[in-house]
Amino acid sequence: MATSATVHSHAAPQGFIRKYIFSLDHKVIGLQYYFLALTAVFVGMFLSLLMRIHMVWPTAVLPLVGEIKPETYLSLLTMHGTIMVFFVLTTAPQGGFGNYFLPIQIGAPDMAFPVLNMLSFWTTFVAFVVLLAAFFVTGGAPLHGWTGYAPLSAIPSAGPGEGLGADLWITSIAIFCIASLMGALNFITTTLDMRAKGMTLFRMPLTVWAWFITAVLGLLAFGVLLSAGILLLLDRNIGTSFYVPLVVVNGQVLGHKGGSPLLWQHLFWFFGHPEVYIAILPGMGVASQLLSTFSRKPIFGYRAMVYAIMAIGVLGFMVWGHHMFMSGMSPYSAFAFSIMTMAIGVPSAIKTFNWLGTLLHGRIRLQTPMLFAIGFVSLFVSGGLSGPFLAQPVLDIPLHDTAFVVAHFHLIMGVAAIFGIFAATYYWFPKMFGRMMNETLGKVHFFLTLVGAYCIFMPMHYLGMAGQPRRYSQFTEVAYLHHLIPLNRFLTYAAIVTVTAQLIFLFNLFWSMAKGPKASDNPWEATTLEWTTATPPPHDNFGGHTPVVNHGPYEYSVPGSARDYIMQTDPASVPAH
Amino acid sequence: MGLALLVIIWLITLISTYFFAAKTWWLPHGVSTAAPWIDHQFALTYVIMGAIFVAAQLSLGYLVWKYRDHAKASAAKYVHGNTRLEVIWTMATLILFVGLNLMGSHVWASERFDPAQSGSVPVEVTGMQFAWYFRYPGPDGKFGATSPNLVDPSSGNEAAVGLKTSDPASKDDVVTGTMYLPVGREVDLRLRAMDVIHSFFVPAMRFKQDAVPGLEIHMHFTPTEIGDYEIACAELCGLGHYKMHGMLHVVSQADFDKWLAAREAEKQ
Repeated sequence: MATSATVHSHAAPQGFIRKYIFSLDHKVIGLQYYFLALTAVFVGMFLSLLMRIHMVWPTAVLPLVGEIKPETYLSLLTMHGTIMVFFVLTTAPQGGFGNYFLPIQIGAPDMAFPVLNMLSFWTTFVAFVVLLAAFFVTGGAPLHGWTGYAPLSAIPSAGPGEGLGADLWITSIAIFCIASLMGALNFITTTLDMRAKGMTLFRMPLTVWAWFITAVLGLLAFGVLLSAGILLLLDRNIGTSFYVPLVVVNGQVLGHKGGSPLLWQHLFWFFGHPEVYIAILPGMGVASQLLSTFSRKPIFGYRAMVYAIMAIGVLGFMVWGHHMFMSGMSPYSAFAFSIMTMAIGVPSAIKTFNWLGTLLHGRIRLQTPMLFAIGFVSLFVSGGLSGPFLAQPVLDIPLHDTAFVVAHFHLIMGVAAIFGIFAATYYWFPKMFGRMMNETLGKVHFFLTLVGAYCIFMPMHYLGMAGQPRRYSQFTEVAYLHHLIPLNRFLTYAAIVTVTAQLIFLFNLFWSMAKGPKASDNPWEATTLEWTTATPPPHDNFGGHTPVVNHGPYEYSVPGSARDYIMQTDPASVPAH
Repeated sequence: MGLALLVIIWLITLISTYFFAAKTWWLPHGVSTAAPWIDHQFALTYVIMGAIFVAAQLSLGYLVWKYRDHAKASAAKYVHGNTRLEVIWTMATLILFVGLNLMGSHVWASERFDPAQSGSVPVEVTGMQFAWYFRYPGPDGKFGATSPNLVDPSSGNEAAVGLKTSDPASKDDVVTGTMYLPVGREVDLRLRAMDVIHSFFVPAMRFKQDAVPGLEIHMHFTPTEIGDYEIACAELCGLGHYKMHGMLHVVSQADFDKWLAAREAEKQ
């Protein structure tokens, strides 16, 4: 492994362009991914605010935006979902933090393929630009939702935005898939081949395990979506009939024949369900790392945590049909998918038990990164427990495609995953930028966001139970929805407050970069390799030497040790488990 | 800080649970034979998940407060876990989750595995952007043929579903924009979609099923109370999705027969 390190080392570039734009340094690329995701998340949040406002005041005329039409609402919805899932929840935890810290945490000087790494970022960037372009073409962005169900997504005449806008949307996703496949290969190779001496698989931090399994999921899932996307482009432009049977749109018989709308759903969700875990696994890794570090205790059940991540990865590919209980798929297969879905709740429950077990008998330092890790656990529990409702086909009869589903996945893969990103930001900021973030602002940001997120998404369950279908741009046309408008208004107010509170984070982030107090090399007294090197880390991560690992990743409060933590590189003679 | 966190987490938990338990917003009143079964499974799942939710959140709040770092806090305990506990809670969760699932499976089986019983009322439901059409086969009990080339969505009657008037079986077919059903009799639904996917959602009947172009999906349910119930579209189908709305009138058998006879008479 020492040899591969020398093979892959490259001199630090001097020019601005090679250093900051087309950089081969995984740390710079990590930051590029992070800032791309940061831009994307503010675009995505802004779109959701417009949606929430339109839902409860459909005729409101907004400054600069004007009046939002129902079809514009659906464009906002499509773009919000696509931006958030692909360019935020896939990009920040894996592309951002994974890129920056996976090589350092295993003691490598860089990723296995630095040029591929650069390419995967710039390909992602192109995908983002192509997606945003859909807003500016004739007809605007597509209205078929982020799931793009055919035939709606396959027929240009099915609605405004289904012309060039829909072509750009699916092209963007295809480009994103290619970028993610490149990234996944790099992560897997790096983890398997570039570990420092002594960094055995079971000494890897749980963050590394999470990024590694996430990369494996990405490698298997994005290829399928890429193929599905290409078929959709063919249906749209060449007149093939993969997804479109004989249909009559607006009285016009179209030329398609014999295609299967359910084929798209199978392919999409074969990607889509693993994608949920691609978004959340890195957050689980970060939560585990932080709960152990700030409780000053070894993580409870390290091996159980590793096996749980693997089990989630394997089962994640066997449950996609639970999105299709009402689709016309065989009711017998619904039965099988349902059992597998209940089973995937088990490793998730193990992780929750172990997080609580880590807190028990700890000495918990409640600094901002830890607050977000605790918030992650709370949200993960809340979002996770609506899963066993939706996993039962018989309860999908009232709940499928209602606000209950929106509440479920926003809490768990939206807000919990975002809390993972926040926790990682507050935790690693000192290492990345050499300065500390402001604790007071961090705590204010935490409490406002936690309470705000619950105010938005907990009542959404009630709306779903009362039968409010998702993707309705207004609730004026269906009488039984009228009495839900006041509760919907409450959600909109909560969303406005919560989104505004994110400006505190934005200010803290940029202000601290310039003005925050200087950070020491190991401000949290943590044990993993990134805290053994300089702040910020030098170009080759460890300043010319390769670390040697003697200890597991979470050796806190070891009896007989001088400090309450033993770093992974401390001499083997230091007492440890 | 520990206390603040405890208070916030506990308050969130208790307030959320209150609105669930008080049923401030709940499933609408159910009026089909399946409704009590589905609602029972929902309530059972809710009680179990609610108990886990409250227990997990209250423990989380308690632990972060109890074990917070302060001047007099005792040192953290050096433990790496407990294999026996891991095995116990893995098995317990597995049995609970899978068991809960199996308990609801007979309801699913009766709704979806078996076809409608003989003597049920046949109705064809066709979804198109952005309306529902209902077709009754008439006295001959047979649906006449349809053709995509004859579809005229603007007509609002037989032509909307492309009825082939040359087919003798189509002569007595009734096509309407409002659904009528007799109370206490099963309906044998035949779901179709013309253009994109729609979903036939009748909350009060605890009924939902996608209508998919290219497929003809057979489903059934039995209304148990006379009244007017709303039909909504539950699958994103385009810009008018939010107003793709229909009405289901459940009436007595006599009123149903009278209504159907009147429609037949209008046709002649």
